[in-house]
Amino acid sequence: MNFILKIWRQKNAQTKGSFKTYLLKDVSPEMSFLEMLDYLNKQIIGNGGEPVTFEHDCREGICGSCGLYINGRPHGPMRNTTTCELHMREFNDGDSIVIEPWRARAFPVIKDLVVDRSSFERIMHAGGFISVNTGSAPESNSNPVSKTIADKAFDAATCIGCGACVAACKNSSAMLYAAAKIAQYAMIPQGKVEAKERVDKMVKQMDAEGFGFCSNTYSCEFDCPKGISVDFIALMNREFFSSKVCKQKQT
Amino acid sequence: MQKLDSKIPEGPLAEKWSRYKARLRLVSPANKKKIEIIVVGTGLAGSGAASALGELGYNVKVFCFQDSPRRAHSVAAQGGINAAKNYRNDNDSVYRLFHDMVKGGDYRARESNVYRAAEVSNDVIDHFTALGVPFARDYGGSLDTRSFGGVQVSRTFYAKGQTGQQCLYGTYSSLNRQIAKGTVKMFPRRDMLDVVIVDGKARGIITRNLLTGELERHSAHAVVLATGGYGTVFYLSTLGLGSNASAAWSAYRKGALFANPSFIQIHPTSIPVLNEYQCKLTLMSESLRNDGRVWVPKEQGDKRHPTEIPEEERDYYLERRYPAFGNLVPRDVASRAAKERCDAGYGVGDTGLSVYLDFKDAIEKQGKKAIRDKYGNLFEMYEKITGINPYNQPMRIYPAGHYTMGGLWVDYNLMTTIPGLYAIGESNFSDHGANRLGASSLMQCCGDGYFILPNTISAYLADDIRTGTIPTDNSAFEEAEKAVEDRIKRIMSVGGKETASSFHKRLGKIMWDHCGMRRDAEGLMKGVEMLKELEEEFWENICVPGSTDDLNHELEKALKVADFFEVGRLMCEDALQREESCGAHFREEHQTETGEAKRNDTDFAYVAAWEFQGAKTEPKLHKEPLRFKYVELKERSYK
Ligand SMILES: Cc1cc2nc3c(=O)[nH]c(=O)nc-3n(C[C@H](O)[C@H](O)[C@H](O)COP(=O)(O)OP(=O)(O)OC[C@H]3O[C@@H](n4cnc5c(N)ncnc54)[C@H](O)[C@@H]3O)c2cc1C
Ligand code: FES
Repeated sequence: MNFILKIWRQKNAQTKGSFKTYLLKDVSPEMSFLEMLDYLNKQIIGNGGEPVTFEHDCREGICGSCGLYINGRPHGPMRNTTTCELHMREFNDGDSIVIEPWRARAFPVIKDLVVDRSSFERIMHAGGFISVNTGSAPESNSNPVSKTIADKAFDAATCIGCGACVAACKNSSAMLYAAAKIAQYAMIPQGKVEAKERVDKMVKQMDAEGFGFCSNTYSCEFDCPKGISVDFIALMNREFFSSKVCKQKQT
Repeated sequence: MQKLDSKIPEGPLAEKWSRYKARLRLVSPANKKKIEIIVVGTGLAGSGAASALGELGYNVKVFCFQDSPRRAHSVAAQGGINAAKNYRNDNDSVYRLFHDMVKGGDYRARESNVYRAAEVSNDVIDHFTALGVPFARDYGGSLDTRSFGGVQVSRTFYAKGQTGQQCLYGTYSSLNRQIAKGTVKMFPRRDMLDVVIVDGKARGIITRNLLTGELERHSAHAVVLATGGYGTVFYLSTLGLGSNASAAWSAYRKGALFANPSFIQIHPTSIPVLNEYQCKLTLMSESLRNDGRVWVPKEQGDKRHPTEIPEEERDYYLERRYPAFGNLVPRDVASRAAKERCDAGYGVGDTGLSVYLDFKDAIEKQGKKAIRDKYGNLFEMYEKITGINPYNQPMRIYPAGHYTMGGLWVDYNLMTTIPGLYAIGESNFSDHGANRLGASSLMQCCGDGYFILPNTISAYLADDIRTGTIPTDNSAFEEAEKAVEDRIKRIMSVGGKETASSFHKRLGKIMWDHCGMRRDAEGLMKGVEMLKELEEEFWENICVPGSTDDLNHELEKALKVADFFEVGRLMCEDALQREESCGAHFREEHQTETGEAKRNDTDFAYVAAWEFQGAKTEPKLHKEPLRFKYVELKERSYK
């Protein structure tokens, strides 16, 4: 297969970037999208150029490192699929493929296709945990949790923190990312104790990082490689407003 | 010259840890504030340790090469995590878990350490539950378990096929809590390139900031390595592409002994190689063997579509050879059996290098839904990668490099032979002998990090309460930084033509062919020679584009590959000296008449710990004898 690749090249955060076009020949349909880029890089290096920098590690859709904006969609055309899981057999011979980094104020570009997602980390620092010290846990089965709830909590917990939801959203909102964690904990008994403070702090941090608001277009759910449901955003909103009410009652 | 002292405490096996722990020295809360600890690695072992140490009040600095601690390769573990809870009333116990691990490891692990790992396993599950890890549950609301990886009890806790991810997010959450509290400072996007020894003690590390290229000096009173496994020595493996030996190797070069480097597990069920540019093999969890049946055609070179091959023309070779365990034989046995069939010409697929894993019977019996509930995400993953729907036709699988039982030698305190330098999780050698049983690594990593290291390290640090901050402006730090700088300059200045990945691929092939699933003296010696030649070629022809002062993946890769030549050589040397077959280490010269591994307990019941003697000198072998008081050494039989 042959492809025309239009790839965003940017030296660093300070310099301006631009698209560069590459013609790539003899791509195997069995290659993954990132293997296709490895193949391109080998040729670029062979010609004395600097390879395209992109983030990756596990190459099996679980670490959340990779994330490319491919033909206007985070992680490309396939639903429930990360960039590293995408295979070239999903494209047509001769296709033009436009490859960009995530674009969001809270995710500044570091180099080429690599962005800085430390804003996501700080949202987790604000409250993405249950406060329990090592060694102080009760026996696991002393607190039963209904299977339905446990399964729902699991669904929320599968977020890999890649940032596709932000890239998909026209407002660059991080609601789905924050909601997944908030909902996971809000649903289970262990997490309920500090649920109110958690949602308060995480939402505050999300705003401070410059992520946008949610206008319910649901593109985040559509493009989430793990298929995380926007229902969790509704749950988060409920938690958020009830935390406000609690606060008002206290004062 | 080093002396090995494993520091195994006296007393009956079941009481060793509790008695020893009760007598360990402590550091008072006020003094903990004066002490700094470096933890390299944020997998289950590292982030568990860092958060537990932070909770205790130490000042912890944590490093990883990814942009977030949540991306450590523990995230990829699928099948589950073991604990001796006996929730099934199937007569499980700490002793049985211990016994299974010692046996499964083919009697090449230390009894005392394995027992302790089994002992703390229940605490790990309780802690994870409290942290909100969404393990699978029964309808009554209690935790569910399944049977996994060659044992006869159901002791494996799981979260669908994403147990590692869920456990890692548990440790990550506890890490975040400490980061928020200020007890832990996180340094992501850092490569650790050397450990710094001051007056004989580990007192810091040299890192490269991957964004700016700056070399940094970080000091502490003790250094903990939790840097994971080095299965990427085979190039193609189930590990993350950034996984490396370099951090552990820098410790080895500074005098820490490296144990059993050739004990490396080849996992039987990975998706086979599909194209020449492939750089990663994706694991299909071993749990699939609970319901999937492994087979090849009875006829050599049978090219028919698998669904067209009738039942009587299929060879379910695991069930045939091992009627007692069938498809659930341990990994090493299953891997070698697959290789044996493929080498004999019965393999399937274009390359003939794969076997079938078939769910037809399970789907017929249990229904599609039950199978989807158990393995849905794995089936999807398989389809994404291969384009084939495993509900309709069997998966194709082949063995792949997966887990390193070998690693830095540690004593009972998890300290290496360098005072103040600890190794935990997959980076040490301690608990799995010559073969790891499924679901016991997550368990060991968390046990090490959360429950063992925080106790043992305090005893060491009790001597450091008056030391004060460790300065970084001394000659030890200067020299270490200079050495790293020189190495980087050297690699950049070669200006050759071949990329790091290309060298890595060639190196991996040498290792796979000569030090893989089956080994013999001739092949191993040849491997050593080939590695030497390739290393020379590397230093003449490596091409690293770009500069050293910004994000440069090619430079990062080249530095890691440069270390793998030495790692590979030591693996071959280690495999050569071990004139027996045990666990994952199979020597052609040492097999039974039926082709099973033949151990030699009289001469080889020891840990092989290697001491670096300089780049040009042969390493020195030390032997730590293994004494078995509680398990009887038997031939491992799964027939
Ligand atoms: C695909 C797969 C499936 C598995 N499934 C299971 C399972 O079901 N059950 C089970 O028990 N085990 C399983 N295992 C094994 C288990 O996942 C690992 O052994 C375990 O997670 C290792 O954890 P760790 O904390 O030691 O290291 P890792 O999680 O690998 O973490 C290593 C850390 O060290 C850091 N690091 C490494 N080198 C450097 C450096 N030079 N500088 C700075 N930082 C560095 C990395 O950034 C990372 O944070 C599986 C393994 C794989 C690959
Ligand atoms: S590289 Fe890990 S999710 Fe894609």
